[in-house]
Amino acid sequence: MPFTPPPVDDVLAALTDRFGGIESSVFRGQTRVIVPAEQAFEMLGVLKDHGFDLLVDVTCVDYLEYRDAPMQMPACAGHRYGLVYLLASTTTNQRLTVRVFVDDPEPTVPSVVSLWEAANWLEREVWDLFGIRFEGHPDLRRLVMPEEFTAHPLRKDYPLQGRGERHNFPVITRDHS
Amino acid sequence: MSIAPPTYESFRVPEAATRSEDYLWTLNFGPQHPATHTTLRIVLKLEGERVVDALPEMGYLHSGFEKLGEHLTFNQYVTVTDRMNYISPMANNVGWHHAVETLLGIELTPRCKVIRTIIAELARISDHLLSNGAVGLDTGAFTFFLYGFYQREVIYDIFETLCGARFTNSYTRVGGLSDDATPLVIEKIRAFVKTFPKTLNDMERLLTRNRIFVDRTKGVGVLTKDEAIHRGATGPVARASGVTRDLRKDEPYLAYADYDFKVCCATAGDCYARYLVRMEELRESLRIVSQAIENIPAGPVNVGIDERTALPTKQQVYSTIEGTISHFELSMSNRGFEVPYEESYAATEAPNGELGFYLAGDGNDTAYRARCRPPSVLHFAMFPHLIRGHTLSDVVAVLGSLNIIAAELDR
Repeated sequence: MPFTPPPVDDVLAALTDRFGGIESSVFRGQTRVIVPAEQAFEMLGVLKDHGFDLLVDVTCVDYLEYRDAPMQMPACAGHRYGLVYLLASTTTNQRLTVRVFVDDPEPTVPSVVSLWEAANWLEREVWDLFGIRFEGHPDLRRLVMPEEFTAHPLRKDYPLQGRGERHNFPVITRDHS
Repeated sequence: MSIAPPTYESFRVPEAATRSEDYLWTLNFGPQHPATHTTLRIVLKLEGERVVDALPEMGYLHSGFEKLGEHLTFNQYVTVTDRMNYISPMANNVGWHHAVETLLGIELTPRCKVIRTIIAELARISDHLLSNGAVGLDTGAFTFFLYGFYQREVIYDIFETLCGARFTNSYTRVGGLSDDATPLVIEKIRAFVKTFPKTLNDMERLLTRNRIFVDRTKGVGVLTKDEAIHRGATGPVARASGVTRDLRKDEPYLAYADYDFKVCCATAGDCYARYLVRMEELRESLRIVSQAIENIPAGPVNVGIDERTALPTKQQVYSTIEGTISHFELSMSNRGFEVPYEESYAATEAPNGELGFYLAGDGNDTAYRARCRPPSVLHFAMFPHLIRGHTLSDVVAVLGSLNIIAAELDR
């Protein structure tokens, strides 16, 4: 039998009390909740107070080419970027996924670095690869791509082979280094 | 010493530095340096020999693994996971296909679960041997490193007998394994289980109470429990700080629920505690392997061909109609797995922390999004916090004890 994580009903009830109707769904025992970008910071703060002390991951999915599929979460229909916050509790082992959907032209969400220091580099990576701006991030620089890079390569409209950037990188000679 | 963390600008523009910082040295550590062990870079600010601040830089080994994951099928991508944490490729293989099988809803056969458990633990042993060995090497204990490396060689030999590859194994497949464990492999693992404790005892006697080593690592790079959770530490780094979190116990996947083993923790949170936790985990992993190797269930190693998930063997393809159909169904570009239009996250306890994959499926054989959650990124991000106030020679001890693998860091 595959392991199913502990239920998070108590947390969902608390969220519903605080924020009204919360859209949630379960797949393979994993509970996801959807939150509007303007409420994201507040809700993540509430979740942290409810025992989700470990921020496992912050990542993103670009739904540009996602075929019109019967998604279990209808709210993401029509949105381009879906941010994923994976939360876990080190005491109860509960897990919860928080989804935040944002759109072009200026995809922006509030940064959660003030809640979890772990978000610092994870948010930098999402900014680097998806171009999603995290408002209030102390040091939003590119993480894996070089500084002079202009594109955001994990977006679906960026080709696998690249756009020839590496041929145009400035070459540093020994005199200039 | 309390100094406000300088901004990135103060590293880049010397004019912006304040008067008191005029006496600070800036030292570039890496990206090519024998003690970084991998390709990463740290800009250190030194006051004499004391590290005032550090600015870690990564990305020198970025090869777009996550982008590749959107273009390679679930079975092809396992070769890429080999190249993430190349110290223990088997653990990555297991982690990747654990995530794929969670998304696809595949239940493995009991034999496959046990063999995957064994190889994951062997991978953990080989990883801990090298990471502890590297800490020893950087603090001057070369013999310890060689003892560890010899045993890694034995594990490579086991993997070679198992799947033909020593280093980049690509051993797992969706719903099964590329090869079944033969009696020869089981014999070799049995021999390893018998001989390894002697080496382990030797290694402990060499280093655990070695005055030089203890002085170099004790009280260096202290990470408190609260900071460990706040900064997202997982694996041995978190357990050395007193976080009792081990996915093998907390979210038992594969066959871990069947075995008797302890979660090794320490409370000190320094480099020495991380070393001790890894040494204890070697013994616990060995216990798991020794329990598992004697109780491998009989039966098929792959999910049945009716399920159309695991590739059938050549024997089945050429001699049965079901095998032929299944082979074509899986190989044709317009057929393949039944992937739900869904997203799931599945994590395994890799040797250096929680290795998770967030997968988005869109009905296709390739993942729509294959996010790898590498433990190294979060551990490297906390490096400045750990090194502030220590000396330059402690940089290598802290870096080694965090077990940062640049290939996994940058992907």
